[in-house]
Amino acid sequence: MVERRERPASTAESGYGCVMRPPLALDLETAAFRAAGALSRLARRGGGTTIPGKLLWKLDPGAIDALARRLPRGSALVSATNGKTTTTAMVAEILRPSVAVLHNASGANLVSGVASSLLARRDAELGLFEVDEGALPEVAQRLDPRALLLANLFRDQLDRYGELEIVAARWRRAVADLPRASLVVNGDDPQVAELASGVETARIFGIDDPAHARPALQHAADSKYCLRCGTPYDYPAAYVGHLGDYRCPKCGHSRPPLDVVGSEIELLGLDGAAFTLSAPEGACRVELSLPGLYNVYNAVGAASLALELGASVSDVGAGLGRFSPAFGRFERIEVGERRVLILLIKNPAGANEIVRTLVDAEPPRVAVIALNDEIADGRDVSWIWDVDFEPLLTGLETLVATGGRAEELALRFAYAGLRRDRIEVLGSLEAALDRGLALTPPGGELAVLPTYTAMLALRRLVASRGYVANYWEAAA
Amino acid sequence: MRIRVGHLYPDYLNIYADRGNIAVLADRARRRGHQLDVTAIGLGDAVRPGDFDLFYVGGGQDREQELVAHDLAGKSEALRSAAGDGAAFLAVCGGYQLLGRSYRDVAGVELPGIGLLPVQTVAGTTRMIGDVLLACPWAGRTLAGFENHAGRTLLDAGAEPLGRVLAGFGNDGVSGLEGCRYRRAYGTYLHGPLLPRNPWFADRVLADAIAHRAGGEPEELEPLADELELAAHEVSAARARARGGGRS
Repeated sequence: MVERRERPASTAESGYGCVMRPPLALDLETAAFRAAGALSRLARRGGGTTIPGKLLWKLDPGAIDALARRLPRGSALVSATNGKTTTTAMVAEILRPSVAVLHNASGANLVSGVASSLLARRDAELGLFEVDEGALPEVAQRLDPRALLLANLFRDQLDRYGELEIVAARWRRAVADLPRASLVVNGDDPQVAELASGVETARIFGIDDPAHARPALQHAADSKYCLRCGTPYDYPAAYVGHLGDYRCPKCGHSRPPLDVVGSEIELLGLDGAAFTLSAPEGACRVELSLPGLYNVYNAVGAASLALELGASVSDVGAGLGRFSPAFGRFERIEVGERRVLILLIKNPAGANEIVRTLVDAEPPRVAVIALNDEIADGRDVSWIWDVDFEPLLTGLETLVATGGRAEELALRFAYAGLRRDRIEVLGSLEAALDRGLALTPPGGELAVLPTYTAMLALRRLVASRGYVANYWEAAA
Repeated sequence: MRIRVGHLYPDYLNIYADRGNIAVLADRARRRGHQLDVTAIGLGDAVRPGDFDLFYVGGGQDREQELVAHDLAGKSEALRSAAGDGAAFLAVCGGYQLLGRSYRDVAGVELPGIGLLPVQTVAGTTRMIGDVLLACPWAGRTLAGFENHAGRTLLDAGAEPLGRVLAGFGNDGVSGLEGCRYRRAYGTYLHGPLLPRNPWFADRVLADAIAHRAGGEPEELEPLADELELAAHEVSAARARARGGGRS
């Protein structure tokens, strides 16, 4: 079990004053912690991706800062509610030919995960880390990054993160504490764009292509009201959730001018997307093998950060063109004569985009949806009622509902209007996967939409059958 | 029969999947041959007491709750009069707080409520988050849900709670009481949403609304096949027993 979502300890616990034993010499220590990671993998406790970092953090929290300072080209951080794993992996791919990048690719994105990544590779020049929204202030303070990409804020796991405004306030603090870091923000998200207000050097990105705008804000849209005066924003174009071109009809607060823009977007079903990237440094056409408008956002954000870190426009275009999906995010796995398409779902805004992308390509006849309610998934499962699953009903012949809260998911579809005899509830993920595969013709593709811990379990399952490498191996 | 529902501020108060509750009411009404007509009541909209059989108020983030509180205060007389005439109310989380007399935030700033439910709420510094299970002796049933609130809600002397806490925090984490019940108005912190996994309560709210429309006392609705609902209730109840009230 990867405890990606453990709460960051308060800063009061992380000073030297609370450490009972004196810190070990750093090199001895790091060898010991690398061994702990290997042991944890051997002990089959899971990926072992955060165990050494946790030990280091407990024994000597200041060592994280010291390790980060050894990186000759510093670090850059990426945070967002949605897309941070994909965006960070995109930046890593863009930079890879020219820089030795250290990257927390397995999604371990709290302080301990960042620490483990720092321990894992000692020859890196640049650290590139995705950071949990809630952990951003502490990670930023320890790493003193040279650049910070802040991409979006959606309602997510209210039981864990609290209300959107609380996360936004933490981000404001993190930004204020880093006056020297280059700031890269999504101008299409009102709360996030506001972080760059008054920061002359900030690089602001967004999308401009009204042909792909949604006709109206989605049901669960956040940040609908003007930050300055509370009036509902007008959206000449809303692209993903509340991301888009907004303007307050009363006080005029509006999307800031964009420095880096994705436009002339082509969505190519489940096969990919293409767009024109325009930046102060130049323009190019980008071909992505990832589908959906939300991945265009990820790519434009990644391009902006890579440019900020010194990549050229042609590096950006080539890197994004080479990029293949991060684990569990639009990942295709061959399972015998069939393919499994894994689409991580974790909150309404992200799940809406998954549904929209699937249905725009071809509504699936069979879907396996796995709803768990562990800490990493969010213990409160009410978010599934804010997801617009309804478009899936157009083609769905069988829904296989699985996971710890399978019944709850089944109810979501039953009350959406799917006939109850088309819903199969199978608590065991393995049984659900096999049932889904049995309903998929040879040569066909089965869409599986798991929450976070179900996605890890699913990958373990297909790995145990020899179809895919374990993610900590794939990510290494 | 057309059951007229006034959904207060759906654009602002919708944080914990409130549309799930509405979807359940609509579907269960339809399967009994009734139709649920849902009308959104927004900022500045006038409310006439006789226009609705059921009012629904959901939860919002603090910012949204503040945006609607003053507008709601202007509707308080009409809403109290509707409750007095036997209209049903279901208010969840922030909506529950707003139906009480007042809500005082951590900074000590007081937001007005409409005084429909005999409760008042004071924000605490910690949130009470987790699965909940209630016993409702007045109905001989249990309710399972999820709570997430900083507000501590106190019932006036003699006020009826919605239920007694079997597992979880409830109104204030100490009294062992959850929610409030007054005539046909129900206020609660339970979301998740509440109604899909508590079908008896959905039917109770519907029966109350039908009674307002048709006159007379609420009558039992014809039962539906609720295997899935009851299975979901069991899982949710088990979660509350295992980890409600900050047990893990």
